[in-house]
Amino acid sequence: MRRFVIGSARSLIERSRQNYQFQRPLLSSSYRLLSSTPAVDSPSSSSTMSPPVALNTINPKVIECEYAVRGEIVNLAQKLQEEINTKPDAHPFEEILYCNIGNPQSLGQHPITFFREVLALCDHPTILDKSETQGLFSADSIERAWKILDQIPGRATGAYSHSQGIKGLRDTIAAGIEARDGFPADPNDIFLTDGASPAVHMMMQLLIRSEKDGILCPIPQYPLYSASIALHGGTLVPYYLDEATGWGLEVSELKKQLETSRSMGITVRALVVINPGNPTGQVLAEENQKAIVEFCKQEGLVLLADEVYQENVYVPEKKFHSFKKVSRSMGYGEKDLSLVSFQSVSKGYYGECGKRGGYMEVTGFGADVREQIYKVASVNLCSNISGQILASLVMSPPKVGDESYESYGAERDGILSSLARRAKTLEDAFNKLEGVTCNKAEGAMYLFPRIDLPEKAIKAAEAEKKAPDAYYCQRLLTATGIVVVPGSGFGQVPGTWHFRCTILPQEEKIPAIVTRLTDFHKSFMDEFRG
Amino acid sequence: MGVKALDYETLNENVKKVQYAVRGELYLRASELQKEGKKIIFTNVGNPHALGQKPLTFPRQVVALCQAPFLLDDPNVGLLFPADAIARAKHYLSLTSGGLGAYSDSRGIPGVRKEVAEFIERRDGYPSDPELIFLTDGASKGVMQILNCIIRGEGDGILVPVPQYPLYSATISLLGGSLVPYYLEETANWGLDVNNLRESVAQARFKGITVRAMVIINPGNPTGQCLSEANLREIINFCYQENLVLLGDEVYQQNIYQDERPFISARKVMMDMGPPVSKEVQLVSFHTVSKGYWGECGQRGGYFEMTNLPPQTVDEIYKVASIALSPNVPAQIFMGLMVNPLKPGDISYEQFVRESQGILESLRRRARIMTDGFNSCKNVVCNFTEGAMYSFPQIRLPPKAREAAKQAGKVPDVFYCLKLLEATGISTVPGSGFGQKEGVFHLRTTILPAEEDMPAIMSSFKKFNDEFMDQYADNWNRSRM
Repeated sequence: MRRFVIGSARSLIERSRQNYQFQRPLLSSSYRLLSSTPAVDSPSSSSTMSPPVALNTINPKVIECEYAVRGEIVNLAQKLQEEINTKPDAHPFEEILYCNIGNPQSLGQHPITFFREVLALCDHPTILDKSETQGLFSADSIERAWKILDQIPGRATGAYSHSQGIKGLRDTIAAGIEARDGFPADPNDIFLTDGASPAVHMMMQLLIRSEKDGILCPIPQYPLYSASIALHGGTLVPYYLDEATGWGLEVSELKKQLETSRSMGITVRALVVINPGNPTGQVLAEENQKAIVEFCKQEGLVLLADEVYQENVYVPEKKFHSFKKVSRSMGYGEKDLSLVSFQSVSKGYYGECGKRGGYMEVTGFGADVREQIYKVASVNLCSNISGQILASLVMSPPKVGDESYESYGAERDGILSSLARRAKTLEDAFNKLEGVTCNKAEGAMYLFPRIDLPEKAIKAAEAEKKAPDAYYCQRLLTATGIVVVPGSGFGQVPGTWHFRCTILPQEEKIPAIVTRLTDFHKSFMDEFRG
Repeated sequence: MGVKALDYETLNENVKKVQYAVRGELYLRASELQKEGKKIIFTNVGNPHALGQKPLTFPRQVVALCQAPFLLDDPNVGLLFPADAIARAKHYLSLTSGGLGAYSDSRGIPGVRKEVAEFIERRDGYPSDPELIFLTDGASKGVMQILNCIIRGEGDGILVPVPQYPLYSATISLLGGSLVPYYLEETANWGLDVNNLRESVAQARFKGITVRAMVIINPGNPTGQCLSEANLREIINFCYQENLVLLGDEVYQQNIYQDERPFISARKVMMDMGPPVSKEVQLVSFHTVSKGYWGECGQRGGYFEMTNLPPQTVDEIYKVASIALSPNVPAQIFMGLMVNPLKPGDISYEQFVRESQGILESLRRRARIMTDGFNSCKNVVCNFTEGAMYSFPQIRLPPKAREAAKQAGKVPDVFYCLKLLEATGISTVPGSGFGQKEGVFHLRTTILPAEEDMPAIMSSFKKFNDEFMDQYADNWNRSRM
């Protein structure tokens, strides 16, 4: 389990300084456990021998980090795509189906009309003065655009804003958080960012001082976390979600991993919880969340709550509760718990990935720490304004009675119900495959089926120097054009194999995907059943 | 419960070391005063639209249409949008893989990168490879990504001009590297002397630092100087000899206010020099939609172009870019529009030229007004703003003023700038935020306030300054340092 065992990356650096063959190693490897002497250039050398930005002299943390979602399998897919473009019958499929990334609009999902109306008007406010505009835009989108523009000094949407984001928009977001949770939110706690990912990086930067600082992360996890921890030179402390209980999160497991890492001299600083889960899709039960909050409070850990899928819940028996709400409902306030909650415009029913909009709400920190967060944010000046506006729209969409409410509601419900159907269809399809079990996707945008790979397949993978699940995924791709991400990119219990598949292809494509996948799997098992 | 995980004491030290004066003490104080009702003129950051510069019409039309593609189906769209904007919107939408709302290629939309490459080729006369061009959420993010690749630890040094734009010092601090300063010569119009470079590198090496890269900001920020071709050749040769990556911050390339030294890109000079230099020197060039006459700071659009980096390094940079998934798509379209502008004959061409030239000519006039205005003040000496967006006058603070600053617990230029702010509402950034020679003080202001406001601003400044200088005049000598 190369990535997720506490250990040093030194030997990896050593390997890369030798005969570096460019590839993205996905092998689980025991060398991750070894420590060896650091292999960085000694500072007294004047480095006239090698060009300064060659592979063996770039920052080793860059070399170490990995991001499988857009990794090797995607490179191969793009290559195959190019081959089909030049020669349409080059492969036994007509098109590549990208099921590797949570990118809804690239697969045909439509944006929410009201949001785009407001954004277009804010991009080109000159037309607000023209009478023709009323014929092309809904009245409430015009009204909302005016309201937003009035919150921007000089109505200048092309100007750098306050480094935390435009104040008026933060007010709107805070009000939205309060409406969602029933507990107040402070606009000064909100930092608008270019997507949730930069906010995660900012927190890792603040928290990680050296490899002795550990961050508890779920396994399986969204590899932004492992990559970010690697880039900032920290240590990922894994805690395992329990596949047998629907990817349950046990506080006993948290405690165990915390103790183990402390005994190895790691200072654990924070706990990452992704709810709803990615890639696992589980929605935490409120009781579970309370236990997690209690745990963080007792152990003095910062709770990093990745809640970007908060609007993607597909099962009636579960509801999304923000960790902010849960902790406040327990009577815990600023003095009790340091909590950072992340939200994004990329997911939900809006799926506006390309806009790069998001925010973090930072509570339970002293003013001196907040100053430092502000300072780091200010070096980049501000996040993109259009993304900021969109974040405020997402947190305060049309209400009952607004002109656009019905069409907005229909678009939203249409997307969400379709996602729920696709989640179920694919879950059922996976569960029918030989040797495959697939937990329900209660939320988020992914399925993470487990495959029991036959010994013969595992050997074939090893012969090709690939992780078994990567081998399976590659075979799947070359046979069907379907792109999924090997489970080793997310982490899994050693000796188990998974892949992550999104539920995002358009509904009419799903039957074909199911057929092709089923046929491939059968022939794969026939080949390797042994 | 003991120490909490995110107490100040346990923060990453590198974060604490970071300084970014552009939005530091002066700005925060100015914001406070603004909340109290005082009229503030923010000249602390190169943010044209915040000071009344209007966005160019055509790009806003195109991006608005891309935001709301259903407009393109409406028969009445032509009432609000010209045909060429409609055509361009369709063009850019066709280059995306699902409109503005889909993550693009992590390096940016291939079609836009191709347009950037074509722009570079037209500008320099040498072909450029779109595969080596990465779009980023602003040039700053690109700078951070590249420095993150280069800096392995505090043993790695980056040559940075002094004065510099503090993105560089802040990022080097954050990444735990070492800043190796090279001083620009104020008396020679902020010129760059290669001997200064050699000396800086020698000193750094003596301290055991491996100097890895050299930053040039051309046109300069805060200093505004435009590098001559001869100077660029010297710099490139120097990088070749010393094995340094050259980082060319060229975000102000459209902002040129004199005719003696037009903008020449580092890449063009390097290519002109031929092999071995043109094939060996590693160069990364940065550009943005935030400056020039576009001033679209809020979009966060930029790119970097890599020359002579080994393919495996490019792959690693790509890998890191992929973790952030993709740069924001609307800004990528702004970038495409900027590098692939309207042509004569296009419906919107004349309006576009009128708007652009209007802005550039006004900036040129304002550069002159400000320089002359500062030079008319007591104890103030100001080099002409040859390019970029700033004026960086030297304020010759008399000993008594410096003493008063010390009493107040402030660096002298901070003391001066705070007093200036309180008296006039003009919010500047003290020179210490950019670096300067020991005992020499400056402030940075922008040339961006509206032209019609300039005379009042300059006379308000002069009144404050001359009174300040009289107040702290040394009775024995004239107030000269």
